[in-house]
Amino acid sequence: MINYYSFGRILITLIIAMGMKIAPIPPALAPYNPDWVLLVLIYWSLAAPERVGIFHAWSFGILTDVLTGRLFGQYALAYSLVIYLCLNLHKRLRQFPILQQALFIFFCLLLSQLLLFFIKNIKQTAQMDPSIWLSVIVGTVFWPLVYTVLRFARLAKPIETD
Amino acid sequence: MRLFVAVLASIALLTMDHISVRLNPVRTTLSHALDPIKYMVSLPVESTRNFAASVKSYNTLKEENRKLAEASAANKLRLLKYEALEKENIRLHALLENSFKLGEQVLVAELLSVNIASPYEKIVAINKGTRFGVHQQQMVVDAKGVVGQIYRALPHSSEVMLITDPNHAIPVQVNRNGLLTIAVGSSQPNKLTFPYLQENADIHPGDLLITSGLGGTFPQGYPVARVDNFTPPANKQITATPTAELDRSRELMIVWSNKAPISLTAEKPAAQPTEPEHNQP
Repeated sequence: MINYYSFGRILITLIIAMGMKIAPIPPALAPYNPDWVLLVLIYWSLAAPERVGIFHAWSFGILTDVLTGRLFGQYALAYSLVIYLCLNLHKRLRQFPILQQALFIFFCLLLSQLLLFFIKNIKQTAQMDPSIWLSVIVGTVFWPLVYTVLRFARLAKPIETD
Repeated sequence: MRLFVAVLASIALLTMDHISVRLNPVRTTLSHALDPIKYMVSLPVESTRNFAASVKSYNTLKEENRKLAEASAANKLRLLKYEALEKENIRLHALLENSFKLGEQVLVAELLSVNIASPYEKIVAINKGTRFGVHQQQMVVDAKGVVGQIYRALPHSSEVMLITDPNHAIPVQVNRNGLLTIAVGSSQPNKLTFPYLQENADIHPGDLLITSGLGGTFPQGYPVARVDNFTPPANKQITATPTAELDRSRELMIVWSNKAPISLTAEKPAAQPTEPEHNQP
């Protein structure tokens, strides 16, 4: 039997997502860059909840913290909360049409952005910036694309190694 | 239950990282695995730039070479004078019985093409890290002025906080009259503000601001910014534009400042020869 949920694939998609998160896009477009790592984590937690759990979300949160030079635990906290929601609702969410899913994704992304904002306020002064909405909305718009691409990545035939 | 553990662990890490530096080794270890991602993301941009440089025409290169040779000759001439001035300055400081700080070393680093921070924070990544001896709080300059300081040094890369970051402040001095103040970054792009300036401070549009050397992070005397135009009574709204090309320069220099003052006795042995002997009897 083909193992659709081999952890190698999940890891590769997450590494690509981390690369996209720090992609060198021009400063004018930078506020629109959505949180790709969270989108990919959400997808995998819905598609393969037995492989991607809160622990994975937490570890990749820690890695994202290091990558983007944040306080330790900032992304870890946000990601594990969102993934907890997704894991609890994954059976229902799978039945939803993709637009309804996107609405749920919108709330997930917003929740994580707000958490990050509040944590950032501990260390330094940050203004409530309207730009957090931009990345949330763009992330929601990109959800169908992420869904399709990752579904393809999940169902693509693995290379036979025997 | 797992969520509870994850949340608790995150909060514990947040608090620990906030109050101490004990987690820095962990960050260093993890960054060994993560820095390749930064370099990989940066690679396409770098290679396009390299490619563009390698297909430049012969004539362009010749022209550029000629211009650079001219600029280098002019700079050398200026340096000749500078050396004489420096000696004179040391002699004058010796007369005032002051110590004179100088002797800074630089390391050239290159910007990595990644957006690590959120867009309204001005933090950039460079390609030199602790393996080159880079450490926290070093000053970073470009050819035209102060760029920022090392915010976090990782083994293969470092994060530089620019002087325009809203959370960054730099002690400066007006070059014309020595007025001391603090320049704070602002949320406007490429602008510095002066929240601690007095109402009647003697500051004019076009004044050059240099580092004052107070606070110990930034060595004294590097150009920081030039004061923008403003209408005279409105001292609260004064802004300044950094002289460094914060959004354009790719080559940055990390500065090691020599904290120990150069002894004046080598310059002027006769200046204070009998100091120690007074104390002995």
